[in-house]
Amino acid sequence: MSDHPKLAEKFASNTNRMKWHDKALWFVRQKRDIQAQSLPEWEALRDKADAIKTHTLANLDHYLSAFETNARKRDIEVHWARDAQEHNKIVLDILRRNGATKLVKSKSMLTEECHLNPFLEENGIDVVDTDLGERIVQLRHEPPSHIVLPAIHLKKEDVGTTFEKFLHTQKGNSDPTYLTHEARKHLREKFLGADAALTGVNFAISETGGIVVCTNEGNADLGASLPKLHIASMGIEKIIPRLKDLSVFTRLLARSATGQPITTYTSHYHSPQHEGEMHIIIVDNGRSQILGNKKYVKSLQCIRCGACLNTCPIYRRSGGYSYGYTIPGPIGSTLGASKAIQKNASLPFACSLCASCSNICPVKVDLHEQLYLHRQDVVDAGLLDKTKHRALKMATWVMKHPMIMDSGGKIARKLVPILPRNLLYSKFNVWGKNRELPPFPKQSFKELYKERKK
Amino acid sequence: MKIGLFIPCFMNELYPEASMDTLKILESFGLDVDYPLEQTCCGQPMANTGCAHESAQLAKRFVEIFKHYDYIVAPSGSCVSMVRHHYAQFVSEMEGFEHVQKNTYELIEFIHDIIKPDHLNVSFPYKVGIHNSCHGHRELGLASMSECHAPAFSKIKDILDLVSDISFSTLERNDECCGFGGTFAVSEEAMSVAMGRARLEDHIKAGSEYITGVDMSCLMHMQGLIDRDKLPIKTIYIAQILAKGLA
Repeated sequence: MSDHPKLAEKFASNTNRMKWHDKALWFVRQKRDIQAQSLPEWEALRDKADAIKTHTLANLDHYLSAFETNARKRDIEVHWARDAQEHNKIVLDILRRNGATKLVKSKSMLTEECHLNPFLEENGIDVVDTDLGERIVQLRHEPPSHIVLPAIHLKKEDVGTTFEKFLHTQKGNSDPTYLTHEARKHLREKFLGADAALTGVNFAISETGGIVVCTNEGNADLGASLPKLHIASMGIEKIIPRLKDLSVFTRLLARSATGQPITTYTSHYHSPQHEGEMHIIIVDNGRSQILGNKKYVKSLQCIRCGACLNTCPIYRRSGGYSYGYTIPGPIGSTLGASKAIQKNASLPFACSLCASCSNICPVKVDLHEQLYLHRQDVVDAGLLDKTKHRALKMATWVMKHPMIMDSGGKIARKLVPILPRNLLYSKFNVWGKNRELPPFPKQSFKELYKERKK
Repeated sequence: MKIGLFIPCFMNELYPEASMDTLKILESFGLDVDYPLEQTCCGQPMANTGCAHESAQLAKRFVEIFKHYDYIVAPSGSCVSMVRHHYAQFVSEMEGFEHVQKNTYELIEFIHDIIKPDHLNVSFPYKVGIHNSCHGHRELGLASMSECHAPAFSKIKDILDLVSDISFSTLERNDECCGFGGTFAVSEEAMSVAMGRARLEDHIKAGSEYITGVDMSCLMHMQGLIDRDKLPIKTIYIAQILAKGLA
């Protein structure tokens, strides 16, 4: 069971680190704003992307089966996985069939969601994440804390000590250029020795049967070009109808994600290498359940740019791990709640409903509205804290009886000012832990109004 | 034109002066304003916590009480957003709902969009930082959002521009949440406090002498932090600026 408030408090208790984390992500958000504001057609692009995704999700079966047919025509093998377990088994089978034991991976949140790495490692496969940030957290045995910036919770000094331990770099050297060069050397070896590569999929084009992967480091390209075996894992929602739709999304993706006009590498894979194999695994893992739910279906439009994380004032101050779910932040809170409300009941409340996420989302996922509705599901499932629920029921009853409310207010206004401070600011007064209560006035507005009317 | 004044429950109990100033401003425009005495709460705290059953009961009361007015005006962006954006789920079938939904306005929005005054007889010789509270800002559209590509505007600033001698501070983060968020202020106390402190730091750095805005709840949260941390800044509800000098 996730407990966002507690984990958030823990992360924020180191005030300097919390502020640094907030600033680092706000910097990305500002870069994104500059890019978005440099395109006069930005809002029109968002509308277009929304329209394409809405249409695609409404006709997903058609576009997926057309994609399968077209991919097969290009000698790409297509597999279907109902859940994480099936996905992982398919990957292992393909690797075994090819006698592959060394796998280089390019960042894929889907394989994180499926917990692929530990499964493959248990089965004797050497798995190396090749995105730099991803590699750093992999060495530390941590999951990514952000979907685009997986090691954003770490300072360069943390990376220095991690590399010291695992890559035997110079002691105390945390110069980013030095560390990047060392990581590059280390990863080059892994690329050259790999038997197979696994990449994620940013976009799968139904019309052509090919896939597109966007990276800044070119690691997906090295992986998919050096070994002869390429496996690509995609969620069912990654499909777009036509090649010409792609530009709408590539223009939005990098700008929203990192504030770049375009990712450094936007790579198209449309067939296996010469004498090689290419496999695409299309994964459901709970997505079709969301597809059937009108309230939350738009969350499947997400293109995983991470802009909602960067703008979220809570994510920026609580860190990715406070969510206890593979995907943190606003999008993770809605996906997590859709998937398992019991386990993720605190996530819809890890939000002040400020709505910045909904307005930054390049594909117009109605994030804050979804989180608002998930809260009702939490209550319906009987998962709201009983004390809180009772208090709100009580408050409602009082609000239905103005006379009781008036006399309650009158008593409180008389009582509160004379209460001893240690009683008024006891541990039950959560508001008063770090904040003063407002001074209680002598009269309510209603009393003043009545007097004035006389 | 008959106006129904809605004063949020906590404002009635804790902020009678800000509420009275709201009434005075409306009356100063020569409007016929009535405050129905049986009103209590719009149901927002319940709705924001997921208690749909409870919010529905209060939404019904609200529509019942206010459906006969031409306009319903409230000094609270978030309560108005509750009526405009969330009542449909609870009371869409109710007679009078659509009228109430369409004609419920936040105070500044009402002055800006309906009254459209070209001058105000008031002076406020201080440097003021505007707090763009989220629901008023992003859900009611009181000002342009930093996330969107659109021409810049602010209905709040337009109205405050009519005040003499006032000046404005420029914030680093123009429209970030202060962390109040209703029951969020308690259920995510650590985050709420961290967010509030960050907003105050931004205002202090920008030289704001006063923080003002259209949601007393956000100001209450920030004032609570100011008082505890003894910070050199004050909050003032926007109606209290506009009503200065009104009898």
